[in-house]
Amino acid sequence: MSGALRLPRGGRIDRNQPVRFTFDGRGYDGFVGDTLASALLSHGVHLLGRSFKYHRPRGILAAGAEEPNALVTVDRGGGRWTPNLRATQVELYEGLVAKSQNRWPSLAFDVGAVNSLVSPMLGAGFYYKTFMGPRFVKGAKLWADLFEPAIRRAAGLGEASRDPDPDHYATRFAHCEVLVVGSGPAGLAAATSAAQSGARVILCDENPVFGGSLADDNHAVIDGMAADAWAAATIEALAARPNVTLLPRTQAFGYYNHNLIGLNQRLTDHLAQPDHRAPRERLWQVRAKHVVLATGAIERPLVFPDNDRPGIMLASAGRTFLNRFGVKPGTRVVVATAHDSAYRAALDLAAAGVQIVRIVDLRESSEGALSVAAERAGLPIMRGATIVGTSGTTRVRGVRIGRVSGRHVTDLESLACDLVLMCGGWTPSVHLFSQSRGKLAYDEGSNSFLPGTPAQDQVSIGACAGTFGLAQILRDGHRAGHAVIKMAVEDRDFAVVGDDESTGAGFIGATPHDRDPTQVKAFVDFQNDVTAKDIALATREGFRSIEHIKRYTTTGMATDQGKTSNMNALGIASAELGRSVPSIGLTTFRQPYTPVTFGSFAGLSRDALFDPVRETAIHGWAAAHGARFEDVGLWKRAWFFSRAGEDMHAAVNRECQITRERAGLFDASTLGKIEVVGPDAAEFLNRLYTNSWTKLGVGKCRYGLMLNEAGFIMDDGVVGRIATDRFHVTTTTGGAPRVMAHMEDYLQTEFPDLKVWLTSTTEQWAVIAVQGPRAREMLAPLVDGLDISAETMPHMSLQVGTFQGVPMRLFRVSFTGELGFEVNVPADYGRAAWEALWAEGRKFDAVAYGTEAMHVMRAEKGYIIVGQDTDGTVTPDDAGMAWAVGKTKPDFVGKRSLGRPDLVAPNRKQIVGLMTDDPRTVLEEGAQIVGDPTPARGTHALGHVTSSYFSAVLGRSIAMAVVEGGRGRMGETLYIPMPSGSISAKIVKPVFYDLEGVRLNG
Amino acid sequence: MVETVTLARSGSLAGRRMASVTELAPVARFSFRGSEATAIKLGEAFGARPAVEPCRSSVAGARSALWLGPDEWLLIATDQDAGTLFAALETALAAEPHSLVDVSHRNTGFDIVGAGGAGLLSEGCPLDFDLAAFPVGMCTQTVLGKAEIVLWRFAPLSFRLECWRSFAPYVADFLAQAADNQD
Amino acid sequence: MLLIPCPYCGPRSELEFKHAGEAHITREPQVADDQAWGEFLYTRTNPKGIIAERWRHTSGCGRFFNCLRDTVSDNILATYKSGEPRPSLETSGEPSR
Repeated sequence: MSGALRLPRGGRIDRNQPVRFTFDGRGYDGFVGDTLASALLSHGVHLLGRSFKYHRPRGILAAGAEEPNALVTVDRGGGRWTPNLRATQVELYEGLVAKSQNRWPSLAFDVGAVNSLVSPMLGAGFYYKTFMGPRFVKGAKLWADLFEPAIRRAAGLGEASRDPDPDHYATRFAHCEVLVVGSGPAGLAAATSAAQSGARVILCDENPVFGGSLADDNHAVIDGMAADAWAAATIEALAARPNVTLLPRTQAFGYYNHNLIGLNQRLTDHLAQPDHRAPRERLWQVRAKHVVLATGAIERPLVFPDNDRPGIMLASAGRTFLNRFGVKPGTRVVVATAHDSAYRAALDLAAAGVQIVRIVDLRESSEGALSVAAERAGLPIMRGATIVGTSGTTRVRGVRIGRVSGRHVTDLESLACDLVLMCGGWTPSVHLFSQSRGKLAYDEGSNSFLPGTPAQDQVSIGACAGTFGLAQILRDGHRAGHAVIKMAVEDRDFAVVGDDESTGAGFIGATPHDRDPTQVKAFVDFQNDVTAKDIALATREGFRSIEHIKRYTTTGMATDQGKTSNMNALGIASAELGRSVPSIGLTTFRQPYTPVTFGSFAGLSRDALFDPVRETAIHGWAAAHGARFEDVGLWKRAWFFSRAGEDMHAAVNRECQITRERAGLFDASTLGKIEVVGPDAAEFLNRLYTNSWTKLGVGKCRYGLMLNEAGFIMDDGVVGRIATDRFHVTTTTGGAPRVMAHMEDYLQTEFPDLKVWLTSTTEQWAVIAVQGPRAREMLAPLVDGLDISAETMPHMSLQVGTFQGVPMRLFRVSFTGELGFEVNVPADYGRAAWEALWAEGRKFDAVAYGTEAMHVMRAEKGYIIVGQDTDGTVTPDDAGMAWAVGKTKPDFVGKRSLGRPDLVAPNRKQIVGLMTDDPRTVLEEGAQIVGDPTPARGTHALGHVTSSYFSAVLGRSIAMAVVEGGRGRMGETLYIPMPSGSISAKIVKPVFYDLEGVRLNG
Repeated sequence: MVETVTLARSGSLAGRRMASVTELAPVARFSFRGSEATAIKLGEAFGARPAVEPCRSSVAGARSALWLGPDEWLLIATDQDAGTLFAALETALAAEPHSLVDVSHRNTGFDIVGAGGAGLLSEGCPLDFDLAAFPVGMCTQTVLGKAEIVLWRFAPLSFRLECWRSFAPYVADFLAQAADNQD
Repeated sequence: MLLIPCPYCGPRSELEFKHAGEAHITREPQVADDQAWGEFLYTRTNPKGIIAERWRHTSGCGRFFNCLRDTVSDNILATYKSGEPRPSLETSGEPSR
């Protein structure tokens, strides 16, 4: 029942556990332990996708995380849909449903492949050249409407799910002494040696099973054990240690500052029936004292014409599929190589019964042990030769090979095959090292960039450091594990037998061929469809730095971050420009190493936990009484209280009218509150507010205006003096944290000599505003006999007492212009206090009002809202509040700036009132104001509308605005141009109701 | 009959690290600000002498003082003490520049108890909860997800978490989700 | 994500801090002319290399403090309390991480 190409034994698959799955709707089977790629290969399926730009048929290039081609979508149903997964990393489970991408209508017949025919238009710099289009197409948005959508449909990767992601994701902050990335021989040796010290060790690997390259090795013997068995025993010993955390299926995707490494752990994607209560992935943020990078090396493709057909893969991948998964990736193979290691793949495949048609070695000679072994085994080897072309569409059918003679290729010959293995050598995986800001050093001898001096507390070992040879790698790993934690180094030698010791620098760049260079496609970057020709073109068009070549050609910019392409791109640029590789430079390796799901990054921050939702103690009452809420910062504030059938307009009109007629209750708990205490409290306030506080009596309140150092209004609020050395400061709701930080900043850094301390009490107190002509009558029965008469408690005074037995700070203040009080009670009593007041209020038919009515009523009185009527460029004088500035004070924050020339310039914008000529017209907030009823395009705006409402009490609209020289324009008519025509309005004083303030002092 | 047990005993939940999260009953809380010298005076009246070592707590009976900053301590006492304690402390400190503010209702407290407590917190708090790095008695302000919290380890497997009251539902939901996320 | 050594609390994650602009900018409202005051308000050095900057341990002890950071490597060379002079790097010992 298993695939025809499955070997009877060998590999890490469990032949007793068959698994069925579908790919593009067709059923297949495989085994537990397979990846989607290995299972499909066991059925001879190589065609897995279409390429990004040209829609060329693509197969499986690699066997691991570096795979650029074989990207698939896995659909688990119910919105569990993940695109762009590497088939080489998708673990098989019963019922897996996978789909190919970027093809229409089907993978084998794809309309988009027509892009291949127009490919001369899609070469390097295509986007930059094409984006020039619209300028020449006058009037028509041809680019945006036609070209771009068409190109986006034709080019691209998988589609995102349109449903919400039903999974949830975990996060974890972790700390350790040693983090080891990679569980190959180097990582295992390092983790074992570090763990012996008792230090906390985390070992992570992107694969489901630890061991790295040891899983593919059926020859080496370590300390008398087969490599795979040695790895298993080592892992078992590590797992038994309480100080070791083993994280399989965990990609170290980013190396950040100060040894913070991001890990993405896949928890359930490999399970046939995951428990959906369990998180799907976990994002680890590991802060490690020391980091050991053992990330290995990635094999390089050879860049020969048509090197991208399905069935052409890396030699090591062929070996991995054979040895790790027990799958023959083909039956007749041509091996093209520039490095000894491909001979090991050829030998292993030959031993498994795969016909080795030819080994084509780019090098004139090779004396490595492996090539000698291949020769002895009678494998047909051709040296100094290369592939110049391939045939086949959805699967490679043959190759043309020839002898390299200088820049020419002669003695051409055709060979039939169904698999091509290629090896250009090995590129150390220095991605994480580079992300850590370590400097890379180019090593001519190995055609590779190697880790130079680390920028953080970190060491690279094994193949990622350019070290090959198992015995040396194990020895280095053991030493590194000790050395990072500064333990005495006891070197240890591992007895290694049967290691391949494959060596060689390999090859970078494009291999020679005699074909028309403008006609062939030799791919460098498979994922972004960048060819050798594109890079050559970029150099001919004048690009010299790899950073520019990269952006112009998009090489290395795909989601695979150029894992298989960077060095070849550099090699081609180097050859074209006749300059050394290091002089062209290396592009920055960016996080993430492999794509990470958005879900993982979001972690817990979604739905109810996206942001804290702050509710006041009275919220529940408001919700039960028809309140609609608005967001103010993180707070939910009651916006208006809708009675049956009322729309917002009707509700707000009613709330305003009844408050002004009788009384209204308002939840003001969100106002910022800061307790300023200490012998220098008044002096501190003198320096932080424009006003003077020294003479404010105990039991009195004052409106305070706060400026930033540049002289602009940043906050305001009422400040009450509770005791000589204790002030109760209020701030705007949104400004509370900012004001606190501003005060702390000046207190700690500018005025540290002052003996005063600040404590946020915003959430200590629930605050209920009782406003309106009957407010006193409503409140009086509840304040336990406190005298709140106008004589004892005039406007802007406060008393400390009790409210129904609980501590109370009572302020006589008003933001409505009516007789008003603000009752502060400890927050746990807020709801009960509100309900007690509400019960009293029923006697007067009082209303509960929300923030909208509050806004209307304060605008009727011309009280500004900082942040709405001011925008960070408004001075006290601009706001008509020069009266609030204590001019005799030697200093306060912002004072010096008020004297700067620009802040005293004539014609500054000033806050004024606006009355539309048509009283029914309510202006739009933010609308521009001009002097001309039919302004020409580009007319200078004199200002803009900042607040605008319909006032039910006045029976007309009112507005506030900032207008250049506004106070000098009283009575002038200005215009607010709107799409439907200009609206005329008269400039007035920004007070519309009770101009004398009689009601306030009632 | 006394026998030496040589077999390892394993419970039915072996390996699962669980923790309980409970809301703390009302307590009295004061924010005390002042110099270290004043703090020592306060300690005489309060009972628990505020630690001058950063991020350390002191406990005397039901009273605790948590260092939150070089001139800031969070004092915790029983709810019954709230009324009289404030006046008593103000009297004791009358001659000293200081600030004492009642914040009893500002905060909501949680007790997180059990072997899984540190795991829950590590979903959203960047601190290292190894006993060597965060020993018993350590207290500090920090963050849990997007909420600012005070965290105090009062026993090896017991944390007190305090946050402002309007953040408490977020913290509670966060800890519940974090519990679902544990292995 | 930086690991910032708070002078009071020790090394903590950047998550607990807020940046507060360049350090050692002297506020002299009584003597500064318009030009000097404008520079005080708006002109900053923005060096490539070592900068003295202010941080506040907002979600920690609440203290503002100063920090010498290399803007190229992001390595933190020293942190010190507000009001203390900028340390000379020769004597500040091994760079902290």
